[in-house]
Order: sequence, then C-alpha cells, then structure tokens
Amino acid sequence: MALPTDPTDFSLAEAREAVAAKKISSLELTAAFIKAVEAARPLNAFVTETPERAAAMASESDARLAKGVVRPLEGLPLAIKDLFCTKGVRTTAGSNILSNFVPPYESTVTQNLWNAGAVLLGKTNMDEFAMGSSNETSHFGPVISPWRSRGSNAKLVPGGSSGGSAASVSANLCLAATGTDTGGSIRQPAAVTGSVGMKPTYGRCSRWGIVAFASSLDQAGPMTRTVRDAAIILKAMASVDPKDSTSVDIPVPDYEAGLESGVKGLRIGIPKEYRMDGAPPEIDAIWNKGAQWLNAQGAEIVEVSLPHTKYALPTYYIVAPAEASSNLARYDGVRYGRRAKDVHDIVDLYEKSRADGFGPEVKRRILIGTYVLSSGYYDAYYLRAQKLRTLIARDFTEAFRQCDVLLTPATPGPAFAIGEKTADPVSMYLNDVFTVTVNLAGLPGLSVPAGLTAEGLPLGLQLIGKAFDEATVLCVGRAVETAANFTAKPQKWWRAA
Amino acid sequence: MSVDKDTVRRIARLARLALEEERVEPMVRELNGILAWVEQLKKVDVEGVAPLTSVVEQRLKMREDVVTEGDNADALMANAPGGEDHFFVVPKVVE
Repeated sequence: MALPTDPTDFSLAEAREAVAAKKISSLELTAAFIKAVEAARPLNAFVTETPERAAAMASESDARLAKGVVRPLEGLPLAIKDLFCTKGVRTTAGSNILSNFVPPYESTVTQNLWNAGAVLLGKTNMDEFAMGSSNETSHFGPVISPWRSRGSNAKLVPGGSSGGSAASVSANLCLAATGTDTGGSIRQPAAVTGSVGMKPTYGRCSRWGIVAFASSLDQAGPMTRTVRDAAIILKAMASVDPKDSTSVDIPVPDYEAGLESGVKGLRIGIPKEYRMDGAPPEIDAIWNKGAQWLNAQGAEIVEVSLPHTKYALPTYYIVAPAEASSNLARYDGVRYGRRAKDVHDIVDLYEKSRADGFGPEVKRRILIGTYVLSSGYYDAYYLRAQKLRTLIARDFTEAFRQCDVLLTPATPGPAFAIGEKTADPVSMYLNDVFTVTVNLAGLPGLSVPAGLTAEGLPLGLQLIGKAFDEATVLCVGRAVETAANFTAKPQKWWRAA
Repeated sequence: MSVDKDTVRRIARLARLALEEERVEPMVRELNGILAWVEQLKKVDVEGVAPLTSVVEQRLKMREDVVTEGDNADALMANAPGGEDHFFVVPKVVE
C-alpha cells in the first residue's frame, strides 16, 4: 500500500496499518493533526482543542505498541462532537447555558473509543443542543465549510448539527469524528462536505452521557472519509449498556469483514415519493446514477412506495420539540450550567437563567414543544404525531418486503451560504426531508459522497437498511463508493487565511 | 390552530423561559409559521392507528433497585453555580 506523504491525508484504515507497522508513531501522527487543527481555526470547527491530552494519549498508545499490545483504534486521533460528555473536558452542546460545564463522567460511546485506543484531539462545534441543519445556531459561532463554490470566496455552511465534525473530517483535521443524528444531523453534514456519515439503528449505540435532545430519535454514529473507516469506528462505538435501557443486547458484527461482499443479488428499493417537485435536476441525476452503479454491479433495482414520506418532517417537528422541551427542563441554573444574576426569587432564577442561556432556535423549539404537550393540545398534536410515526415506520416495513436496502438522495441540495436560510425556520427544516424518516422509524442510514455539482460542491447518496442490518447498508455503501470514485477534496484556503 | 400573544406568554411561563415583551410578537409569528406547516397532518386518517412509543421492539429492562454509585458529592457539586457544603443554594423559597 502506497501511503500519502502527509499523514493527515491518511484514511483511518491506512493510519491503523501505518501505526501498527510502526511506520509512524501515534505521537507523530497526532502531532500532525494537532498542527492541522491549529491551522484550521478560521473554520471554527472546534469549540475546545485538547492538544495536551491528545499527546498524552498518543504516548500511552506508543508505549503499548512498543509492548506489542494493539487495540482496534490504537493511537488514532479522533474529533468528538461537543454533545458527548468527556470527563474533565468542557462539554458545551454548543450552548451558552453549558459554556462552563465540565462533566465529572464520560459518555459510554467515547469511553468505548478510548478503550479501543483512540486519541482525543478536541470537541467539535455544533448547532446548539443539535438543533439546526447548518451549524449556525451554535453559541460559539458558525462553522465555515472547507468547501467553496468554484470561483467564489463566499462562506458556505458545513451542514448541521454535526457541522464541526463534518468540517474536521473533510478538511483532514482528524482521522474520523463522532456525530449524533436526531433528524439527519450526521448524514446531512456528511453529504454536503463530501464525507461518509452513518446513523446506526436506534439502540445500537448507548445514549448515556450524550446531552439529550429528543431521546426517542437521538443516535450516535461515525463521520469518516471512507465507508471502511465508518465500519471500523461504528464497531468500536456500539455496545449494549446497562446505563441506557434502550441500548439493544444483540451482538455487534465485524462490519469491516463483510464490506467487500458486493451487491450481487441484492434488491435496491427506490422510493418514488422521494422524487420531489422542484428538486434540483442534479439531485435526480446523481440518484439515477447511483441506481445504475448498483445495477451494473449486479443488484436488482425495484421501485417501492413510502406513502407517508411527506408527513415525516411535520411529524418530526412535533415529536422532537416535545421531547426537547422535556429534556431541556433540567437546565435550571441550579445544579450545573449558567445561572442568571440579580434574580428576586426561584422562578425568576429559572426564567432568567434559561432566557440568557438558550439561543433563539432552542427557545423556539422549547415553546413549540411545551405548546404541543400542553393541556388541550396534546391529542391534536403530540398523539396524532405519534400515530403518524406508526404509519411512517409501517411504510418502511412494507417496503422492506420488496427490497434489502433503499437508495435515496441524502439532501435536497448542496451546501448553501451562511445566512441564506436563517430567516425562515421552515425552509431550514426542509434540509432534512430525506433523512428524518429514518429517525422516526429508528432505522440505520448511511450517507456516501457521490459526486459534485456544476459549482464543484459535494452531493451524497443515502442508503437505508432494515433495523440492525448496518452490515448490508455498509456493504452497499462501499459499492456506491467504489463506483462514484469520489476523490475531490477542498482547497486548503484556510491555511492562508 | 394558531397562537396569540397571550398563549405565547402562557407557554413561556410554563416552560420557565423569560420572554422580553418585544420578542412576544415575533415569536407569535414564528410559532404560527411552524404550526401552519404541521397543520397538514390533520389530513391523514389515523383512526385505529396505535401511537408509536418505541421504535425497537424490546421489553424495558429491569434492574435491582440499589445504589450503583455514590460518595461522589464533590464531583457532583463541582459544576453547581451556587453551592455550599454539598448543598445547592437558591434564593429563599419559604418566607
């Protein structure tokens, strides 16, 4: 295997081989990424950089390597979305209210990664409490996408809410990153930054220690440069966990082992309702190409129907804010987080601490959620949305009688400019039109880079699988990746900025 | 259904979220924009459909009702904005 000369250009799998073969030490590898992270500060991808901790973890890995002990991610530097609690390292959820919060405990997913030998480079920027599709709602300012339209210097969004992780992966600031996905927050930013992103089946990864947004939808997953890297990281992240009663006790397969088994004989479903009026022709074109690629490799393409697709986003915008309004009730300025000053009583303390601590989008969602759960409106909104959710999940069950995996576009368009969609909440919400159904049904979804627009911006394709069948999804994703041969990378303009 | 200024003030109170008076009117518009959009769910016949409460068919796990961790008051108090001697301090609530 011919390795790239710059170690930050390694894929995670390449870095794993290089470190295990002692072609490079973990400390050398980590130092290269620490430098890349520092040089990329104009992207605002990190809320907190942890270079000292990274160096210490890398040195520990090198000591183990010297003794011949090699864990699955030994000495490999990762970036962690700032929604995962990291013991002793500030964890903000992109919010002012948690801007000084230092968790006394570690999330299960990140603990799994450290147990596998991974190295923490820092915590990545994100939409506040993961509420957003462009990373513009962060208290710490927007993340700037490493990508630019051809011939333009306009700042683009990296997608959201895992925008800092997506930018870090595509700008080669880490080997891989973690994200979380409640309505598309891994897959949408991955798609618009030319990265791979996977939301596993609900219950595959423990939610313990991840700052909660909408508990029935939230799921952690990997963001990487290749499908193989996603398979490697997911294996390490996933586990049944006594601390999360919704984590599922079924074995985690070796996803990497089945990656090259091919798509011959698989049936790939094309949901006709995903062909939307007014969608840019480039989206349809890349989708058709994806079907042709899989067909050429021996898969059978079948048209399927998901009749309740158009109701998924409005359903989501009842269920998710309802759960968020309940989950975010814990931020009261008493036990942790910021507290308002000059208050005259306890209610004033709550109301002002929360008003100062939350940004506009979070407030909007708390109020919507409080309203749809309030007396007299619960049946009309929340209960109806829960019933719609049953119908949406049933659509998938029916579709999977006719196919093994679904192929859809990942997003309705490429990355847009900063500020372009902030005025109208609903137009921002529409970014998740192709991803949100998957969360409502709890299924695994994978976004794979598939091509560039005429302006040179990445577009992704999404693969959706049956519950707990991540292995087939990754295998089909690998087939799309092979055919797409997506090699474009952003120019490193930020180094001169 | 749509909300008016009084409803927004009421739900802000329920949510323990102070809302400046000049933010009430814009919030009415923003919330009504979202509520008008979710209104389309009314068109779907949900008669006889059970609400989905869990996406994974799994019986909720039970565990022994015992203390699994403790004696870590220092760590738990470390982030408290007002804390003294392992107590959370708040403004006086009883006269």
